[in-house]
Amino acid sequence: MNQFLSLLLNGVSLGALYALIALGFVIIFKSSEVVSFTHGSLLLLGAYSIARLSGPLGFWLAVLAGLLITAVAAFLVERLIINRLRGAAVISLAIVTIGVDIILLTELVRRIGSDILNVPHPWGGQSVRIGPVGLSQNRLIAILVAGALIAAFFAAFKYSSWGVAMRASAEDGETAALMGIRQGRVSAVSWVVAGVLAGVAALFLVGSPTPGVTPANYAVALRAFPAAILGGLDSTGGALVGGLLIGIAEALAAGYQDQLLFLGRGFSAIVPFIVMIAVLLVRPSGLFGTKELTRV
Amino acid sequence: MRARRPVLTVQDLRVTYGGAVQALRGISMEVPDGKVVAVLGSNGAGKSTLLRTVSGTLKLHRGRVESGSVRLDGTDLLARDAAQTVRSGVVQVPEGRRIFGRLTVEENLRAGAMGNRDRAARAAAQARVHELFPVLKERSSQRGGLLSGGEQQMLAIGRALMASPKLLLLDEPSLGLAPRVIGQIGEVIAEINRQGTSVLLVEQNATMALGVADLAYVLDVGEVSLSGEAGVLAGTDEVQRLYLGHDADHQRGRRATSGRTLSRWTA
Repeated sequence: MNQFLSLLLNGVSLGALYALIALGFVIIFKSSEVVSFTHGSLLLLGAYSIARLSGPLGFWLAVLAGLLITAVAAFLVERLIINRLRGAAVISLAIVTIGVDIILLTELVRRIGSDILNVPHPWGGQSVRIGPVGLSQNRLIAILVAGALIAAFFAAFKYSSWGVAMRASAEDGETAALMGIRQGRVSAVSWVVAGVLAGVAALFLVGSPTPGVTPANYAVALRAFPAAILGGLDSTGGALVGGLLIGIAEALAAGYQDQLLFLGRGFSAIVPFIVMIAVLLVRPSGLFGTKELTRV
Repeated sequence: MRARRPVLTVQDLRVTYGGAVQALRGISMEVPDGKVVAVLGSNGAGKSTLLRTVSGTLKLHRGRVESGSVRLDGTDLLARDAAQTVRSGVVQVPEGRRIFGRLTVEENLRAGAMGNRDRAARAAAQARVHELFPVLKERSSQRGGLLSGGEQQMLAIGRALMASPKLLLLDEPSLGLAPRVIGQIGEVIAEINRQGTSVLLVEQNATMALGVADLAYVLDVGEVSLSGEAGVLAGTDEVQRLYLGHDADHQRGRRATSGRTLSRWTA
């Protein structure tokens, strides 16, 4: 039972980070109608920048700079490429983001090489015990920070002018334009927000119990992708639920891998995708996705 | 007819879609300041194309202005995109209402105010909309999609008014509404105009349109076929026959069903 609770808590912390990344996917999809495959390398860029800048700048400044770099990179992708291709087929846009991703990823992998870069988190690698359940301090802080960010995000999405503009243009772009909503600006803000969320996720994903910044961090964003899809790609609430579901499933599969040996070692890495496929078979537009229904 | 300085001037406007289909073939018209101008015409006459050109959404429909000009108080509107057009004071209520169904009534109104940067102007616009449409205040937290058709049309008009326009464009506000509701919409348009907003009203329902309009134009396959004061136009044979359904020659009604006469009145 204790092991189960411990795995559950670890799953929630991992899921909260997936949710941050998945929220980025969702708002980019809603505002630009692009499935952004650049997120993996944006995440790695954030992690790499924080690790490299921690030496010269110290940890806190490095975090700020890393988030800024990720946000600027996302902003540039939107302004220089996506915005200019407005109106192009969704599939070509998606492929363009894959191209950008490959370029960015190749350069980051070259720079990281075979090293494992360390991010000197001031909270170190210790564990805390909450009753009978153990969790790394890093992951505990991750839950708190991600929770606060997600709450702030949902408040902004519901109440801010950006949120209203974003939801209006996601629902009907032409009418939103007729109301004076600048879609280019809505889209740019969404990419920046998505960049910052990915940067924050990167900060915690490279801490304990993960060894440090390696090109393998890239795959984390890929696992957040099923989280966004199974929630329904256009639903922010779905991204949150999807993220937690994937995180918990992955943590449980990793924790009980001795009992699951017949499936082979490393099974947990593919669990997110299995969960996604299972959900989509039952609900093709995701848990909370909008069905293609319109009322005249 | 030229007593007042025009707020909107359209000159020799030619528009094509996909470089081939001519939707407007040299239209000239104007909306005098403070007046209601109706544009009548059947499907495909070019009414919606005219509004798209003015509101800056032509590009979204792959249309292109071949020649001509559209001016608001003398400044060129053709160079502006939809969002800039709203900021210069021209707002369109789209055909089929197109309210944001998943947003609440209040959020719909907020979305309409996005082009209105002045806080005081936004508050004044909101007060005006709530006064015109008390039902929107009562239902402010309800989702737009749950309103009735008439209420949705009111929301669509109210949303456009949130931008404090000096010229309001209306694309077939009577579409799909019950006759009683159409009458209410006509009264609302007259009231909005009384409060100082010029209106360009595109309609197929000529009875309502000519009832509220000062001037009217009739479009036929991309050209202006008739124009003049609404009252005078309502009296002409052609408008009577084509748009008002007063079939002067009842006996020829059956033959006319193949034409554009509204056949359901004679059948």
